[in-house]
Amino acid sequence: MRYSYYPGCSYHGSAKEYDTSTRIVCKSLGIELVEVSDWSCCGATAGHSTDDLLAAALSGRNLGLAEETGLDVTASCAACYQRLAHGRHELTRDPLLREKVNKITGRPFTGKIKVKTILDVLLDLGVDAISEKVVKPLSGIKAAAYYGCLMVRPAAVQADDPENPVKIDRVLQSVGAQTVDWDFKTECCGASLAVSNEDVVVRLTYNIIKSAVEAGANCLVTACPLCHFNLDIRQGKINSTLGTDFNLPVFYFTQLVGLALGIEGGSLNLNSHFVDTSSLLKAI
Amino acid sequence: MSSYNLTESLRQNGEFKALVGKLSGQPLSQCYQCGKCTAGCPVSFAMDVAPNKVLRMAQAGLKNEVLRCQSIWICASCSTCTARCPEGVDVARVMEVLRIMAGKEGIPAPGRGKDVSIFNSAFLRSVRRNGRMFEAGTMAAFNIKSLHLLREATTGMHMFIKGKLRLLPERIKNKKEIDSIFTAAVKERGGEL
Repeated sequence: MRYSYYPGCSYHGSAKEYDTSTRIVCKSLGIELVEVSDWSCCGATAGHSTDDLLAAALSGRNLGLAEETGLDVTASCAACYQRLAHGRHELTRDPLLREKVNKITGRPFTGKIKVKTILDVLLDLGVDAISEKVVKPLSGIKAAAYYGCLMVRPAAVQADDPENPVKIDRVLQSVGAQTVDWDFKTECCGASLAVSNEDVVVRLTYNIIKSAVEAGANCLVTACPLCHFNLDIRQGKINSTLGTDFNLPVFYFTQLVGLALGIEGGSLNLNSHFVDTSSLLKAI
Repeated sequence: MSSYNLTESLRQNGEFKALVGKLSGQPLSQCYQCGKCTAGCPVSFAMDVAPNKVLRMAQAGLKNEVLRCQSIWICASCSTCTARCPEGVDVARVMEVLRIMAGKEGIPAPGRGKDVSIFNSAFLRSVRRNGRMFEAGTMAAFNIKSLHLLREATTGMHMFIKGKLRLLPERIKNKKEIDSIFTAAVKERGGEL
């Protein structure tokens, strides 16, 4: 299986462990990722909050570049996935907009290729194919799979059920982990409001972490850099602001899959998190 | 509670409702005020006008009021409202269109919205300059513009220690293509982003 791969702007910074674990896991599962050449920012929320044409063209350029490879494109970042999938939706349903955007970007996109989450790329391989390659089943892991918003909403781009998604759960179960039933799978973490309105995000992430702990989870597992950032790095801020003593490790699902496949923890950057992961990892 | 003369408002601003409908592609008139959007909105507690009221204000043509509320900026674009609307109205898209309209009209984002707007501008400036968003540069620009000089300083330190803070931006090769995207958007809009 081959896909073109869109890493997104956090890939060498705040979410580098997501990018590295994605690449390494795909490689060991026999999935070839071809990085989209000279990709640019998808525009994220700032783009679509500011101008429709800007948002369409920022997605359009990357879609055009990805189409040059002739391969369906996947993004590990949930926000990038949503912008690319949304861009594809807009550009395929509106030929006039497509023509206009193609002229602006100079990177014609015809709609030939599809946009997939990295989660679907793994699931297309099949849970059995993943299970077969497991060398270290994650028996000590009891995960609260957290999906957030951008992979599951709105309907035009949703990769799973908007209220009760199960795809991260299925992947984790295929590598021997347990997942808990809980209520905050798709509740928003507040995303980039963390910078502009931190108190809002502290309240939202508090609710998410509390719900995961109450459901008996010993870690949170995400597929989104901003969700990870808000739940992991800001956990200290939640504790200092609200007087809680949360100490719940937060992983990218690709890191845990990598661990189960026998990939060494250092190359998965398992120690790059704010909340210490070592005691939980020892228990596997 | 403030009161409005809806007949008068619609007479003066009827075209506003039509424009919001057209730009968002949403059937505003379908909203019958059930309040499901507000019930599920994770950030409604921080809003000055509840999401269902924002819809009602758009229906009633209360242009000046709705383009000046904080809610259109506090909306996190999570689309929970959209997923749950029994009438199939993409409420998050309506919020977005109102935000875009406020920006185009040069209406300053009030209250909690102010820093959201500053963050969006800092983010886009970074993309325009490099083709990719440079995290540290975006934060520095946000801090200076918002006068929160030490915002995220601890976070930055932690990222640095963990090797997750890039100190230099990455620039794409064909920067000209990004320039044409921004130039085209500015031209169509008839003003800066």
